[in-house]
Parts: sequence; structure tokens; C-alpha cells
Amino acid sequence: MNRRVTVAYLVGLGLLLLAPMFIYPILVMKVLCFALFACAFNLLLGYTGLLSFGHAAFLGTAGYVTGHALKVWELPTLLGLLAGTVAAAGLGWVIGSLAIRRQGIYFAMVTLALAQMVFFFFLQAPFTGGEDGLQGVPRGTLFGLDLADDIKLYYLVVAIFAGSFWLIQRTIHSPFGQILKAIRENEPRAISLGYDVARYKLLAFVLSAGLAGLAGATKTLVFKFATLTDAHWHTSGEVVLMTLLGGMGTVFGPVVGATVIVTLQNELADKVGSLVTVIMGAIFVICVLAFRRGIVGESLALYKRVIGQKPL
Amino acid sequence: MAEDCILETHGLVKEFRGFVAVNGVDLKVRRGHIHALIGPNGAGKTTCFNLLTKFLEPTRGTIRFNGIDITREAPEKIARRGVVRSFQISAVFPHLTVLENLRIALQRKLGTSFHFWKSDRSLDLLNDRAMELLTSVGLEAYADMVTVEMPYGRKRALEIATTLALDPELMLLDEPTQGMGHEDVHRVMELIKQVSANRTILMVEHNMKVVAGISDTLTVLARGSVLAEGPYAEVAANPLVIEAYMGTEVTELAAPAGH
Repeated sequence: MNRRVTVAYLVGLGLLLLAPMFIYPILVMKVLCFALFACAFNLLLGYTGLLSFGHAAFLGTAGYVTGHALKVWELPTLLGLLAGTVAAAGLGWVIGSLAIRRQGIYFAMVTLALAQMVFFFFLQAPFTGGEDGLQGVPRGTLFGLDLADDIKLYYLVVAIFAGSFWLIQRTIHSPFGQILKAIRENEPRAISLGYDVARYKLLAFVLSAGLAGLAGATKTLVFKFATLTDAHWHTSGEVVLMTLLGGMGTVFGPVVGATVIVTLQNELADKVGSLVTVIMGAIFVICVLAFRRGIVGESLALYKRVIGQKPL
Repeated sequence: MAEDCILETHGLVKEFRGFVAVNGVDLKVRRGHIHALIGPNGAGKTTCFNLLTKFLEPTRGTIRFNGIDITREAPEKIARRGVVRSFQISAVFPHLTVLENLRIALQRKLGTSFHFWKSDRSLDLLNDRAMELLTSVGLEAYADMVTVEMPYGRKRALEIATTLALDPELMLLDEPTQGMGHEDVHRVMELIKQVSANRTILMVEHNMKVVAGISDTLTVLARGSVLAEGPYAEVAANPLVIEAYMGTEVTELAAPAGH
């Protein structure tokens, strides 16, 4: 079971190392940032059963904090990334503590409302540059390597993604992850077995927010600016779409979903203009109606039917 | 006599927006007994259960467990004190394997349940104890099955095994034989008897055969209040009970359950 995930992980990593020879590295880095964002989101939705509709707040916050730390405070690159991640995790602790008091749709609404507050804060706050965004963020250097070079930055991004993906994978298959699954499956039963479920949900929320933050921080580094779009509720919706399209509750689903969505947006943006939104909507509808388990989920189910074995 | 009471409620009341579901219940559960809670549909049995395990907050009254007032405690805290409940609708973790279900119950004692950086292989040392418990309910052959694929009766057996995994001092079983065929009912009855050896059991049960067969004490609830209490024979002869409840056919009592 786990061996197959490991093999897939290593093969994927190998492909990523070779990718810049064939594909424009900025695009792959963008895909990786959103893939990490979706994986972090999936930890919450797929493995804890919590639908957050405000995850953009964490992506956006980390983006701004990292941008500010690198540009104004002139911190070293790694510390800048760390600052963004910690800020997002801290915000996750605040929003999480409030949201987990409610369940289901009310939970989603609380996260959405708080994320909107964060969005309007960034819109008004002087250091973010409002609608223009925080521009001209320097990438800095790492161990003497100048990250202004896309290829060098690329390998840093791959390392960040690979490390985070491993951490998420480990979390899912940890004693903590077992309790998260138990809560997702039957919350009253988990309580009756003596688990203080609120604390487990909160830790899952903070982990997810922190990793979403790391994605946002990395994204700022890649594009050299932080933008309001990242904190907008559209982005919160997009990550839901990526996760569902790829396969919620599967290890690789969010990666596949993010790849498909980001690549499509990239390819279509200059061809169909604002029709992109309509196409995304159509994809979402088709996904919900025709293949609810998502690309990876359906493939695994098909594999199971054909081979008659237990999938990943 | 107070010390042989493991659980004692005094004037327990639960109101839902003016509707009184439980009205001044004084319940005394004696240590080591199998105590059955019966009553017509809507008598407040399940509400009582929810109050005792704090899944609902009592409007008034006190609950004492081993002499300690637990009226204001959180449900998970009560579970950790050794009062563990089952649910009316079988409470398992459907998409985990049978063995994993057991391990969830056992792993809290390891104290690593917040360790998200540790491999779940660290839980393997629970497997022996988990298999022991599965064997005690006759599920050892199903350890690797995904729980949702098991028939209903086996899920109930798994639920009992999971509850037993916490080694509770007081087990609360909410209709353990509900929805079961005759054979399964018999098996679960034997099982309850067997596990009651070193503990106290309070159960809500509709099946009179089970109640008559294994319970030491019986409390009859009607409209939120205690109507009668005592051994089966005594309660069954009580004219009030006959009027309120026993007068109806036994088959009807065992039929589809309410609250």
C-alpha cells in the first residue's frame, strides 16, 4: 500500500527534477505552489472532513508577510519564507479556534466571513500596495546561490514541495492522522472514546493553514510580488475545485487537480479571455455530476475493478 | 448503601424549549449490576443516556459517578473517567478496517495521538491487544476487512469490542440488540453477560427477552419520569407498569424503536 505511494512519489520527484529541460520552469513552479496549497487544503477536507472556505486568507497572508519581510525588512530568503508560514499558521490558529465551534456549512461560512475580513484588511492596509499588490520583492540568495536565476529557484521550490508533501503524507499516516480519520468518520464516537476532538481539529487546521501559507510564501518568491488575488475568495473556491477535480481524500489528487487547473488557465488565458471562468465552472459541474471521486479517485476505483486489488 | 452506587442522579431534568423530555429522574445504578432502562417510545431513555454521558447538558439536577459530581464535565472527560457509551445506531468508523477501529480506541493510552510526525507503524504494538478483543467478540477473522462491508450484527459486536477496549468501569449500551436477527440477539446477550464480569452495565433495551434474561435491576421510564424500579419479576408485577407499558404485546415492545 504505502510502497506504491513511495514509488509514485519518487517517480514524480524524478520527473520534476528533469522538467525544466522541457517546460518553462515558472509554470512548473506555479503548479507546484498551487499543488502544495491544494494538498494542505486536502489535509483538512479529505482527511478531517472540514470544508474551509477561507483558505485564500492563509495563502494571501503568507504572500504579503514574506514579501514585506524580504523587501522592507531585507531578511534572508529562508527566514522570509518562514515568517510567511508562521504568520499563516498563527492566523490559522485564530480563525480555526473560532470556526471549529461550528459544524458543516456553518463552519464553512465562518471561515469565509473571517477570510473576507482578512481580504479587506489587505485591501486597505498601507504596506500591501492595495490593488497594485506588493511589487518588486527580491528573491535573495540561498547558500551563496543567486535565486534570481529561475533554475536555481526552481530546485528550491521542488525541495520545498517535496518536503511539505512528505510531511502531509506522514501526518495522514501518523497516530494523529488516525484520530483525524476517526473524527471524519464518526465524530460522536470519537468523543465517546475520550478524544477532545476540538483540539485535534484545531491542530489539523493550523497545520493546513501553515502549509497553505508556505505555498503562498513560495509563490511570492517565484513571481516577485504578492497580490490581492491570492487573498480573494475566488482563490478559496479554486482550491476546492482543484481538490475535488483531482480527488478529495487521495494523496495525489490535489496535485493532479492543481496541475490541470493551473495549466488550463495558463493555456486558455490568452485564447479565450474571460471565458476561462465559464470553462472552469463547466469543469466543476461535470466533475460533480460525472466523476465525484475526482480524477485520481475514479482511476483508483477503475484500477480496483479491473485488477480486483486494493488500491493505494 | 451509598458506596455501592457507581452512578447516581438526583432530580435530573432536561427541557427542550418547554418540552420536558426528562423530568426529575433519580437513578441509582449499583456497582456490578446489569441495569436495564426500559420504557415506551419517547419515554426519555436515550435523552437520559445523552445526559449521563454529557452529550446533552442537563437543565437541572446532578450526576455523580463514584461519588464525584460530573454534572458539568465535558463528554470526553467523562469517557476518560471510565464511563463509555455505545450508540443507538451502530457507531463504528466505517471506512477504516476492523483492526484500525480497535486501535483508535486503544491508542489514546499511548499518549502519542497528537504526534503528526510519527509513523503509524508505532501503533503496531497495539495489534495484539486489539486481536485479543476481536477474538472475544468472535471477529478475529475479519480484522482486515473494511468495516462498512460487514453485516449489521457484526458491526454491533465490533462496537462492543471497541467500547471494551477502554476497559470502562461503567458501560452504557443504547439498544445493543436493536435491528438484529434472533441468533445475533442471543450472541450479543451472551457477550454482554460475559463482559459484565468486572464492570457495571447500564443499557437501554426494547427486547424484553434480553431484559428478563440478563438484567439484575430494571428501571421503567414513562413520560420522562421513573415509574418503577427493581428486579424484573417485581417490576413486571407492578400494576402501574402493566398499565403504562407491560399491557402491550411483547412483540410490539420489541418492534421498531424510538427514543
